[in-house]
Amino acid sequence: MSDLTEQFADRIRAASGPLCIRGSGSKDFYGNAPRGEVLEAGGHRGIVGYEPTELVITARCGTPLAEIKSALAERRQMLAFEPPSFGDAATIGGVVAAGLSGPRRATAGSVRDFVLGVKLLDGEGRLLTFGGQVMKNVAGYDVSRLIAGSLGTLGLISEVSIKVLPLPMAEATLRFELPQDKALDLMNRWAGQPLPVSATCWADDSLTLRLSGAGTAVESASSALGGERVADAAAAHFWTSLREQRHAFFAADGDAAALWRLSVPSIAGALDLPGATLVEWGGAQRWIRGGSSDAPRAAALRVGGHATLFRGGDKSAGVFQPLDPVTQRIHRDLKRSFDPRGILNAGRMYPDL
Amino acid sequence: MHDQISAAIDAATRNALLSELAGIVPAAALLTADEDLKPYECDGLTAYRQVPLAVVLAADESQVVAVLRACHRHGVPVVARGAGTGLSGGATPVGNGVVLSLAKFMRILEIDPLARTARVQPGVRNIAISEAAAPHGLYYAPDPSSQIACTIGGNVAENSGGVHCLKYGLTVHNVLKLRVALIDGDIVEIGSAALDSAGYDLLAVMIGSEGMLGVVLEATLKLTPKPQVAQVVMASFDDVIKAGNAVADIIAAGIIPAGLEMMDKPATAAVEDFVHAGYDLTAAAILLAESDGTPEEVAEEIAAMCAVLEKSGARDLRVSQSEAERLKFWAGRKAAFPAVGRITPDYLCMDGTIPRKHLAHVLTRIAELGEEFGLRCANVFHAGDGNLHPLIMFDANVPGEIDRATGFGARILELSVDVGGTITGEHGVGIEKVQQMCVQFSREELEAFHALKAAFDPRGLLNPGKAVPTPRHCSEYRLIGSAKGATT
Repeated sequence: MSDLTEQFADRIRAASGPLCIRGSGSKDFYGNAPRGEVLEAGGHRGIVGYEPTELVITARCGTPLAEIKSALAERRQMLAFEPPSFGDAATIGGVVAAGLSGPRRATAGSVRDFVLGVKLLDGEGRLLTFGGQVMKNVAGYDVSRLIAGSLGTLGLISEVSIKVLPLPMAEATLRFELPQDKALDLMNRWAGQPLPVSATCWADDSLTLRLSGAGTAVESASSALGGERVADAAAAHFWTSLREQRHAFFAADGDAAALWRLSVPSIAGALDLPGATLVEWGGAQRWIRGGSSDAPRAAALRVGGHATLFRGGDKSAGVFQPLDPVTQRIHRDLKRSFDPRGILNAGRMYPDL
Repeated sequence: MHDQISAAIDAATRNALLSELAGIVPAAALLTADEDLKPYECDGLTAYRQVPLAVVLAADESQVVAVLRACHRHGVPVVARGAGTGLSGGATPVGNGVVLSLAKFMRILEIDPLARTARVQPGVRNIAISEAAAPHGLYYAPDPSSQIACTIGGNVAENSGGVHCLKYGLTVHNVLKLRVALIDGDIVEIGSAALDSAGYDLLAVMIGSEGMLGVVLEATLKLTPKPQVAQVVMASFDDVIKAGNAVADIIAAGIIPAGLEMMDKPATAAVEDFVHAGYDLTAAAILLAESDGTPEEVAEEIAAMCAVLEKSGARDLRVSQSEAERLKFWAGRKAAFPAVGRITPDYLCMDGTIPRKHLAHVLTRIAELGEEFGLRCANVFHAGDGNLHPLIMFDANVPGEIDRATGFGARILELSVDVGGTITGEHGVGIEKVQQMCVQFSREELEAFHALKAAFDPRGLLNPGKAVPTPRHCSEYRLIGSAKGATT
């Protein structure tokens, strides 16, 4: 595979207006509408280095997520933040830029927790390296983690190094019939105990919980917690459908209907909002389907969280929670420091970034 | 030796600022006399000393804000300080600058057992958080060796690690939210009690920023359930390389130990004499591998690790048979720095991180460099994550030895960069390693760091001269070898 970094750099330097950085386009739906000339980054691909015993994989931005996952699986390792792909062609650059994590997030950590280093083309087309391939690194500001979730507004991620973890030795999925408030309470209590919980999901008065770890630990937790054991194949299907939002909850109204993602303190009680709710991350992530108002935004703010209009709905008021004035000023100055001409994925996160 | 960092402040400005500060805090909280300033002239990096213009012991948020505003208005640098245990000179004062001590901010504001969070002031000691959380079966996971003294504000500034961070993460993985005062006195909340926030991940930038972006006023931390049991295997090797390979073999077997530490012979010798941890003094290296979790899980993992270690050529294995014995094995590791301190008048502690596969090469080179510089060196290694602490022994009273020690240290850091690692894994750049930043980063990357800082502190008043060198600084630093910073 050819190294397209120089080509990207030329393109950025020559740009006279906004550029829209695009991997496979699997997350075009996410954030404010993409605008500007498309810069296809998907062609810059390939795993550059993978050291299973160092727990690090380094790949070019256009490398398909599926390719990375299968390379890791061969050595019984994984991306512990369990990123959604939202399409077969999703690229690792897009995974990091979007900063979305899957079911394991509450216990394993998020994309940014696992990013160790990036090669970044900034808004002037300069290739900058931050972080590296080692687990502990405090030389300079931690720009590589800042890049995770910045939606391409600070630079084009040309290459990224990510910490990987071994696949759990064993897993078990349990199901409990419970109303939401009871489920929220239990998820929080269990999270405070040394149990190998790796994912939780509550929807339709049903709490599903996944245990991952050493075989003996999974078995003893499984018998201590009770509930109904879900067969392995059905469990794998369930967690994948949840991660990829193919679960019936998400499919119900079609892509045009509003789907809100609320990130809230896990102990916040059931939110009084119209529309169906699905709870993940031990209570810290709540999906609200339907409704056209921005009531979810106010509800999230009331409990100390924030809301994102994740899919569909009316994006004219912006997709992400507005920032306070001081934070907004810092955001604008950071954007200007990496992309002085304001051309990279302009407006994708906030109108002035 | 580096030049001391000093700001050019005229007498009128100095006097105006001091009289303003006197109006902000009570007389007892404003130190200006030489004998009062002396204890603040350095942090844990005692080789560098600088007396500041004044030390302010702020007692509440409004005082911090007022002090920052006054300094900002007068263009006087501010260095925030916790317990002063840092090892890289991050809290070394700036001449003619103000040291803002957060030592009085020592309240644990809230422990929420259901949410598994602790809300604390920056001057709270690391270990005090775990002690306060213990009745709920919870603890704060990052455990730097200085945890009985170091404060959470300093941990945030340095992104501190510890011996358990391979499994439980660094400070950056365990902080949910920070309340921060900027240099102009504005207060900003970064992160949230939820798992993420809208916008950029400013938390990641603030943690490890060495006090150069803002002053932490309050931190909300993630607490972790205390594992039911923990057990440690101590393995002896007659060859350092074999020990290094054993670490890779453990990871390849799909095990992430709770702790994975290595010490070479000079380190175990120093330690054994001091704490009598029962280390095998004939071994070229010993490895400590810990497992924690449920009793079943630990039994399974310890058995698996023993099998791997045996296969990797360990010549002796000892598994801790009681909590007391486990703590004894660890006591030696945790006391490694003071133990070395006992056998040498002075030592410098290096902090590079390397890809583990280069361990053999790096240790061989360190031994060669030791010969070349005529100094002894003991190696303590966070083997799981590649973070290497060579302890260079010297005597500052012998003319020329400190220069030889710093020269030796610089070469080790450059070696770490050469093999694809970094000059600092957890101690920070501070004043100590600022020159080696020119080796690790290009001119453009350093410019990006300065631009990032300007988004928080446009006038460059918070902890100036630390962590990120200026391009001019780098061009004055004569680079050794073919470093990438040679473009400067």
